[in-house]
Amino acid sequence: MSIARALFGFPGGVRLPTHKDASTGSPIATLPVPPELVIPLSQHAGDPARPAVSAGDTVHRGTVIGRAPGDFSATVHASSSGTVTAVENRPVPHPSGLPEPCVVIRTDGLDTRPADGPEPLKDWLSASPARLRRRVADSGVAGLGGAAFPAAVKLTPGPDTDVALLVVNAIECEPWITCDDVLLREHAMEVVTGARIMRHILGAPEVVIALEAEKRAALDALTRALDDAGEPGMTVTRVPVRYPAGGEKQLIQTLTGREVPSGGLPLDLGILCHNAGTVAAVARAVEHGEPLTDRIVTVAGTGVGQPRNYRVRLGTPIHRLIEAAGGYRGQGHRLIVGGPMMGFALEHDNVPVTKGCNCILVTESHAVPPPEPALPCIRCGDCADVCPMRLQPQQLYWQAMGRDHEGIREDGLFDCIECGACAYVCPSKLPLVGMYRHAKSEIRTSDEDQRFAEQARQRYAFRQARLEREQQEQAERRRRKKEALQAERGAGEKADRKAEIQAAVARARKRKRGGGES
Amino acid sequence: MALKTPPAPHIHGDNSVSRIMRRVLYALVPGVVAMTAVFGWGVVVNILIAVAVAVVCETAMLRLRGKPVALFLNDWSAVVMAVLLALCLPPLLPAWMTAVGVAFGLIFGKHLYGGLGYNPFNPAMVGYAVLIVAFPQAMVQWLPPTGLAESALGPLQTLQVIVFGQLPPGLAPDALTHATPLDHVKTRLAEGLTMQEIRGGPVFGVVAGSGWEWINLLFLTGGAWLLHVRVIRWQVPAGVIIGLAAPALLFWLINPEQQLSPLFHLLSGGAMLGAFFIATDPVSGATTPWGRLCFGLGVGVLAWIIRTWGGYPDGIAFGVLLMNMAVPLIDRYTRPRIYGHGGR
Ligand code: SF4
Ligand code: SF4
Repeated sequence: MSIARALFGFPGGVRLPTHKDASTGSPIATLPVPPELVIPLSQHAGDPARPAVSAGDTVHRGTVIGRAPGDFSATVHASSSGTVTAVENRPVPHPSGLPEPCVVIRTDGLDTRPADGPEPLKDWLSASPARLRRRVADSGVAGLGGAAFPAAVKLTPGPDTDVALLVVNAIECEPWITCDDVLLREHAMEVVTGARIMRHILGAPEVVIALEAEKRAALDALTRALDDAGEPGMTVTRVPVRYPAGGEKQLIQTLTGREVPSGGLPLDLGILCHNAGTVAAVARAVEHGEPLTDRIVTVAGTGVGQPRNYRVRLGTPIHRLIEAAGGYRGQGHRLIVGGPMMGFALEHDNVPVTKGCNCILVTESHAVPPPEPALPCIRCGDCADVCPMRLQPQQLYWQAMGRDHEGIREDGLFDCIECGACAYVCPSKLPLVGMYRHAKSEIRTSDEDQRFAEQARQRYAFRQARLEREQQEQAERRRRKKEALQAERGAGEKADRKAEIQAAVARARKRKRGGGES
Repeated sequence: MALKTPPAPHIHGDNSVSRIMRRVLYALVPGVVAMTAVFGWGVVVNILIAVAVAVVCETAMLRLRGKPVALFLNDWSAVVMAVLLALCLPPLLPAWMTAVGVAFGLIFGKHLYGGLGYNPFNPAMVGYAVLIVAFPQAMVQWLPPTGLAESALGPLQTLQVIVFGQLPPGLAPDALTHATPLDHVKTRLAEGLTMQEIRGGPVFGVVAGSGWEWINLLFLTGGAWLLHVRVIRWQVPAGVIIGLAAPALLFWLINPEQQLSPLFHLLSGGAMLGAFFIATDPVSGATTPWGRLCFGLGVGVLAWIIRTWGGYPDGIAFGVLLMNMAVPLIDRYTRPRIYGHGGR
């Protein structure tokens, strides 16, 4: 079933040490349900869900505990059965480090399902796309590749948008991460079914499942599953390993040779990209009526005893995961959510696993040494050579240093996908990505300020105009009044004159007549 | 337990400024050996003097500017600059002149602009330009290649000549001066001789100046290694070579009796040193792929113009300095199309 596809490749990129073997040696293990689950109401891109339960409520695995307030959000479910003990702010895995609203559940160990949960839709082929979309939305499926974009939103391209290609992204170009690899090895059929369901929803676009050339075992499993499914229009494509080959824009370019327009979406090209894990979650939501309550997480890195992939209930504290993986090893740990290139570091391990949490990387300081002190940029251009967006990171750096907001925007700061390839190769060890992020937020703030100032200016101008208008109107009124008065007076005078004339005429007539008569 | 939370990426490649600079130095070794073989110990003495002065100046300037001395000395950039400048100097140039050139290049060409990374001009070439303007006579006094020398100097004698200006007894100053082949040909052509007549002399080797052709070939070898380990990219050297050879070829085809052949140009003077080591200085050069090619072409063409019509013995240095000025413009107009902006 695996048809070789002509690949177009993408510019730049780096070869990274992969470290994948460490966690693919053993099958996926299931982490027991912890005594306490802390489930954030905002695990996805978009608006946070609104709490649907309160302290004291009994919940089951799959009970809705957070409702999406609008379309651009995702439903949140209880990951196991028990009692809600609190709805309060708790630390969550987020780069800001700020606590956010979470539902805290004391689990009862029974893991019961709600009586009124969604029924399995084995015969999804005869279900309408709208119904399936609804099911995906109700199941709280969000992008499991890290960005946690609500899946149902992506599956609703709008009435006059045709999706011609659905890309299932099973490329894990960041080192250490293997959760999609093991998912494919053990549950390839889930991915294939999920892709078929999506295909059904989207009106039968072509489907390409992309994975790295190195993932042999996953490829075999996938090919078998595809053969078994026997659905036409679905192929597997192997992509050379090079970071960031799994970036959405890079993958689309590799597969089609086309570029997502700046500031646009793949949908503008009629393409949709979904992560393999997300696709599998859709299959489970539809076929089995299982809302998203767990995910596979890679625990890896030299700082942990036994790197491995775990199926983990959402809301499980990360320290449980690390304990299960043999605990910390060595010294000077760094805890990273996601991969080493784009992931963010955590201050402590008492935060819950969320939908976007694909990997917990535990490193020792010697394996990931603190960056050496940065030297100035020597303009070697290595960063530009590896930039997949064809930016000139060194120019952006100089502009960021000089706070040249106009220039840096023009040179594509907002096209930067923050992949970190530039900072990885920089011989001067410059924290380029950090600087770009900073510049972006500075520009956004100043844009905001400007908008605010503009609004204030407009408000002021509006008020000024209103006052002026009022003044004018007043003046106008006064003038009219005066005119009216004058007109009245004038009319009176005229009447007087008329009378005078008439009197004079009458007198003259009288005289004439009198004279004639006399 | 509060762990460190540095920004992504959390891993880094193993490249460093220090490694880049050290690799440049390794790559210079074959050329330096060839130069020493051809021109004697003066080459080595010049390098040692230049490096010593550079280290002293760099340390002093870093102290003055309140920068971490160890961190920046360890980047080896001052040493590379010193060695490159030393390789452009006549082998018996008085030590104090070398010192002046290095000090000027480092202080005015680099640190006053803000140090590593901030200098718009190639510091080695700034030093060279100052020397050739200040001491035009001394800067053209090259030694005859060993084969042609009446007496070769030992290392100690060389040191004496360079540092104290003392010639060994019985040696006339004239015996030690000799124009470079480029200079030689230029003078002869000006005197009305044809290439045919000039070629016969002992100054010529196989295709270019005797000795010089080997020096250039060995710098080319070192440069090829730099390309291989990706310290430099192909665009700049290719640009310089094409920029130098293309006009030379054109004029040579039109008038072979009055013009140097392109091969002569490529294997003379500082052509290969310039193409692979000097024009490739990242800090003062262009950074976009097309920009690098333009930059190299400019250096090559300017060098050819200066060699052909200018008053200086070689044109690489001024070619580089002139092109340095054009870098901001070049980079601006050669910026690649960003992903997602127009195109397919
Ligand atoms: S890699 Fe670093 S030193 Fe080189 S040009 Fe880019 S930012 Fe400058
Ligand atoms: S982080 Fe931005 S500038 Fe750097 S390589 Fe990636 S896309 Fe290019």
